[in-house]
Amino acid sequence: MTALAHLPTSTRPPAPPPVRRGRHRLLPYLLLLPGAAWLLVFFALPLLQLAAASLYDPAGSLSTGYAMTWAVGNYPDAVQAYWPQFSRSFLYAGIALVIALLMGYPLAYAIAQKAGRWKHLLLVAVVAPMFTSFLVRTLAWKTILSDSGALVGLLRDVHLLGPDGRLLATPAAVVLGLTYNFLPFLVLPLYASLERLDPRLLEAASDLYASPLRAFARVTLPLSLPGLTAGTLLFFIPATGDYINAELLGTPNEYMVGNVIDSAFLVRLDYPQGAALSFLLMAAILAIVFVYLRKAGTEEVL
Amino acid sequence: MTRESPADDLRLADLTKRFGVFTAVDDLSLTVPQGSFFALLGASGCGKTTTLRMIAGLEQPTGGQVLLGDRDITGLRPHKRPVNTVFQSYALFPHLDIHENVAFGLRRRGIRKVGDQVERMLALVQLQGYGRRRPAQLSGGQQQRVALARALINHPQVLLLDEPLGALDLKLRRQMQVELKRIQAEVGITFVHVTHDQEEAMTMADTVAVMNAGRIEQLGAPAEIYEYPATAFVANFLGQSNLLTAEAGGRAGDDVRVTAHGTRFSVPAGRARLVDGPALLGVRPEKLHLADGVDRVPAGHQHVGGVVTDASYVGVSTQYLVRTAWGAELSAFAANSGVAAPLAPGTAVTAHWDPRHAFLLPRAGADERTEGRLGQPPVGALP
Repeated sequence: MTALAHLPTSTRPPAPPPVRRGRHRLLPYLLLLPGAAWLLVFFALPLLQLAAASLYDPAGSLSTGYAMTWAVGNYPDAVQAYWPQFSRSFLYAGIALVIALLMGYPLAYAIAQKAGRWKHLLLVAVVAPMFTSFLVRTLAWKTILSDSGALVGLLRDVHLLGPDGRLLATPAAVVLGLTYNFLPFLVLPLYASLERLDPRLLEAASDLYASPLRAFARVTLPLSLPGLTAGTLLFFIPATGDYINAELLGTPNEYMVGNVIDSAFLVRLDYPQGAALSFLLMAAILAIVFVYLRKAGTEEVL
Repeated sequence: MTRESPADDLRLADLTKRFGVFTAVDDLSLTVPQGSFFALLGASGCGKTTTLRMIAGLEQPTGGQVLLGDRDITGLRPHKRPVNTVFQSYALFPHLDIHENVAFGLRRRGIRKVGDQVERMLALVQLQGYGRRRPAQLSGGQQQRVALARALINHPQVLLLDEPLGALDLKLRRQMQVELKRIQAEVGITFVHVTHDQEEAMTMADTVAVMNAGRIEQLGAPAEIYEYPATAFVANFLGQSNLLTAEAGGRAGDDVRVTAHGTRFSVPAGRARLVDGPALLGVRPEKLHLADGVDRVPAGHQHVGGVVTDASYVGVSTQYLVRTAWGAELSAFAANSGVAAPLAPGTAVTAHWDPRHAFLLPRAGADERTEGRLGQPPVGALP
């Protein structure tokens, strides 16, 4: 999540620092110090350590120790062995994002513009699931989607599922779990953007011959772009790296790259491979974020 | 007022809008001739903005009709009406530059080549070269002109202006009033202008409708309404008036006889809204003159005696308050033309006026309250 701290969620350009003398000039740096020190010790150094581990000799083990052999070959090996999980991660997170957008945008819009005095209650309702543990919520989904559960029973009765069709342990269950678990991360930034949308602008648009659909495309959507950008990233990045949903709601056939990294570090104890996979995932996400932000160009909005 | 095709007049027929139990606009009917500059004048909450929003289609009337020529546009969605609005808050699109803001309406109607039209419109509102700026980079007056250009470029049949000058400072406001009038004469589009500023309404409009509590109190040319108001509300909302509680006592030739506080006055029949019964005798402060004795009152003028209680020097004129024998305070404006010496508070004076400048209004229960508007105690309550 550390990378998210750098998201351009603020829409105001940074003010030029006022010219001060002596001690006051140091003040901004002093204020930066605690956070910077924290990031250095707990983010930058471990990252370096991880980078080093990804280049260890793959023949080593925890008991015999690892030798630093600059084994760049760890990367192509990891891709070759686990590319299905890799692409599955992006596919599942992508589908979940589309579903979440279809549900989350209208939801955020309704809360921000139409909810009136119910606004705060609805916001609490969006956040409330976060009051319980991520793990507990996902386990609850296991119950909801279980073969003997009411939902599967209903779907079988209306013949949307075959008589022995199931939801649990299918790709659908994993995607639904991802959608559910990360939806608030999409809705909250979107809400913040849409809440600031002046309804008088929509009146002006309709006064200037824009049909409701056109007004949405030309006014509402561009003005909600900062929230939309932040929300999609906040949704997509953790969803891509997630392994709990695939583990609890899926089978090894639905495993994502997070599950592979998890097992590399904790089951197979193959540290070089786990580190290489982690770095590949990070690089892929960074590339996607970079391209996305270039396209969305949030700083030009508002 | 040009009336090439009277068929394009804007007509409101029995227009009513209720919000719950509150009636914002009450059975309003009026006709705005095509090409005229029409002002809806009233205090805040009188229903003038609601009326405007119903014409724009942003509010659905509870009853009645909005007609453009013979076409009933009451049920039409805002984006289907040949009507554009200049909003009080301007409502410029913050994510679009000035050029795109102005081009917005044209683009929505599928017009591709907009560059020339936008340039011409920006020139009309004197904003050439501002096309690439964002609304936030412009001053209030400039934003106001962008809002105007954005509406005018569509050549609407009716342009609605919702207190467009309210956010500007006084000097800029005066400048924009002249500017708006020039533009209206140039483009010849019907302007319906909502304002609470009586001076603004009188400066700009051909026709002014004074609204109060969802109804039109009086409608006419500014001079006509000012010189001969129909109700006490209009008399006090459009400028100031001295209103004396009086009793009309029937006609005498071309005059109506009036008794106020034991003194007999008269008003020409053509300036009396009633002949008999409870009335208010009105004189505008600038038509009330002060003399230092009864013998100095010009022949034919009517007069009351009093004492100057306050003199405010406001540059072009000095505004006096004169307390009459029965305790009412009259307001009199004397032009500072250098002819008469200023009067000090405490001076005994005779206030006089030409009866042709007086007017007589019916006095209802509600009118008693409006009498206090000048800060005088209600005259009727005093001995």
